[in-house]
Amino acid sequence: MLMALLGRLGQTLLVLLGISVLVFAVFFATPGADPTARIAGRNASPETMAAVRHEYGFDRPLPVQYLRMMDKLFVTRDLSSFVDHGQKVVPEVLRAAPVTLSLVGGAAAIWVAASVTIGTIAAAMRGSWIDRGLMMLGLVGISMPVFWLGEVANLVTQSRYHHSWLFSWVPGLGYVSLWRDPSGWFAHLVIPWIVLAVLFIGIYGRVLRADLVASFDEDFMRTARAKGLSDSRVLLHHGLRTSMITFVSLFGLDFAQLVGGGALLTEVVFGLPGVGRLTYQALNNLDLPLIMATVMYSAVFVVLANAVVDLVYLLLDPRTR
Amino acid sequence: MSGGGDLLPAGPATGGLAASDAVARGPVAPGPWRVAGQALLRNPSAVTSMAVLLLLVLLSLLAPAYARYVAHTDPFMSDVAATVSLHGEEVPVMQPNHNRLHLGLTPIGPTWNPRADLLGADNQGRDVAARLLYGGRNSLLISFCAAILCIALAAMVGICAGFFGGVTDMLLSRLMDIMWAIPVYLFAISLSIVSVSQGLHLGPVTIRSDSLLLPIVIIALVYVPYAARPVRGRVLSLRRAEFVTAARCLGVPRRRILLRDILPNVSTTLIVLAPLVMALALLAESALSFLSIGVQAPAASWGTLIEDGTGLIYTRPAVAIAPGIAIVVTVLALNILGDGLRDALDVRETSRGRS
Repeated sequence: MLMALLGRLGQTLLVLLGISVLVFAVFFATPGADPTARIAGRNASPETMAAVRHEYGFDRPLPVQYLRMMDKLFVTRDLSSFVDHGQKVVPEVLRAAPVTLSLVGGAAAIWVAASVTIGTIAAAMRGSWIDRGLMMLGLVGISMPVFWLGEVANLVTQSRYHHSWLFSWVPGLGYVSLWRDPSGWFAHLVIPWIVLAVLFIGIYGRVLRADLVASFDEDFMRTARAKGLSDSRVLLHHGLRTSMITFVSLFGLDFAQLVGGGALLTEVVFGLPGVGRLTYQALNNLDLPLIMATVMYSAVFVVLANAVVDLVYLLLDPRTR
Repeated sequence: MSGGGDLLPAGPATGGLAASDAVARGPVAPGPWRVAGQALLRNPSAVTSMAVLLLLVLLSLLAPAYARYVAHTDPFMSDVAATVSLHGEEVPVMQPNHNRLHLGLTPIGPTWNPRADLLGADNQGRDVAARLLYGGRNSLLISFCAAILCIALAAMVGICAGFFGGVTDMLLSRLMDIMWAIPVYLFAISLSIVSVSQGLHLGPVTIRSDSLLLPIVIIALVYVPYAARPVRGRVLSLRRAEFVTAARCLGVPRRRILLRDILPNVSTTLIVLAPLVMALALLAESALSFLSIGVQAPAASWGTLIEDGTGLIYTRPAVAIAPGIAIVVTVLALNILGDGLRDALDVRETSRGRS
């Protein structure tokens, strides 16, 4: 058990190292233009260029640059943006994190509930028109660009039907902290939650249905039926439980990726000041240190989340040890 | 891998059982590809999606003809002083707002008349319908090329990792894990941001920053881990298959096993993956273009069109809604086609259906 744990830990550390090297290479060792010019931003003066070159050590060899960058990101955490008047990058990312967590957490609750319902109903009625209709709806959900769906949702709830009884409660775009105004927090986030969840409801509903239908052929399901258990009990207590394995491991990965910045497009469309929108603003200002920081932090978060999922598996399922 | 597929070393595994059935019935056995093709053609939703895709390609190919002969406009020239003739009278494309001072201009809305801004104009007075067709060219071209490139790279990575195993497998799989840990869109954004301002210079090769190659390469790279994983899994299971063991025992050289036994059997996996990867690539392209780091102005794609329409979403929603519908229809058709191909080529599905 201890050896397995240590092994996973070693792997995680290796992957973290690899990611930091990869991200560093993408930003500072891509063949082409001078990274100094990219960091200093558009139309930088020669003094700024010189300052950037000195600060990041671009006159030194690559490994030194890499170590210096990691130091700025994770140890001293004083990486600063040149475009944005020396704003410290790391605290900015940490300040934006609760917004992203609120968005992704709520969306995750919706997509888990909806996809379990849809997947189970479709599997129970497999072959019927309800099954086909639900799976088709899921496919449509998967096929919609999230930023477009968000804009259509804005059009409906903010403009066209905003004065009807259905959407008059929808506040303007933006974010209110949960601690300051819980009901406002909820009202601001409901539409973004649903929009972000649609894609995942489609994916997870389809995955769960496929797993459930496959489990109907398993021996333990036949045994459960042979014992005389009711169909719904067999489906919910025996089938659903084993079929949730793929579901849960998928969920860990997707949740971590979304918190790490994958919800960027949703945040941009709904004006939520989270990590993703920070990346978007940095993109518009060509603010490379900020983008690199968000990418690096999100990758680290994804790896750590995966390690936690692995750990939980290790504790729950003796076969993986 | 189980069933009759393993008996057919050189050919996609699909046909194994079907072929032996046919042998029992008559002298001519239909080839495995033919069986799969017929299964695909019997699937109404797959046929519909193929027809829709064909129609979309044709429409976008006809973009210059539409712009020149039907709409009579140049969809890449901004012209805020233009007029269109509607019901016999000249109407300005950019109309003054209905506020008291008539400040600001709003582009004309959908007229449903192909000769005069069918879907309205954008905020530079350009015909949205014509731009939609031109945008379709870029979106379809980029996602198609990105899918082909991605599948080719994934095939190389997956086959090398699965077939050679050992250190090769470990290194490649770890590299894929590392790439996979970075959220897809963030990875694409990182690659775009460093290349979009000055282009890429790889030794003698220079990709200009407004070249379509840039989004193609970026999107292809980002989705390699997604496609490489199933390819590697398939190769691993093939390597343990009986016919490969038999070939090895006969002393067939590794190169030949790879080319004659592994590659044809992996090709079905690649074919099934292709439309699914193209669907993802199309969504990624539209997202990157929406964030203005994909297709660069004045060129259009469905993503840049949605971005153009963002500012007009409350006044002229058609500008953003139309390209979105185009994306949904295309991606949906690709996903349905992918499902159809999987059903037609999957050996387990066919053998279960026939037994």
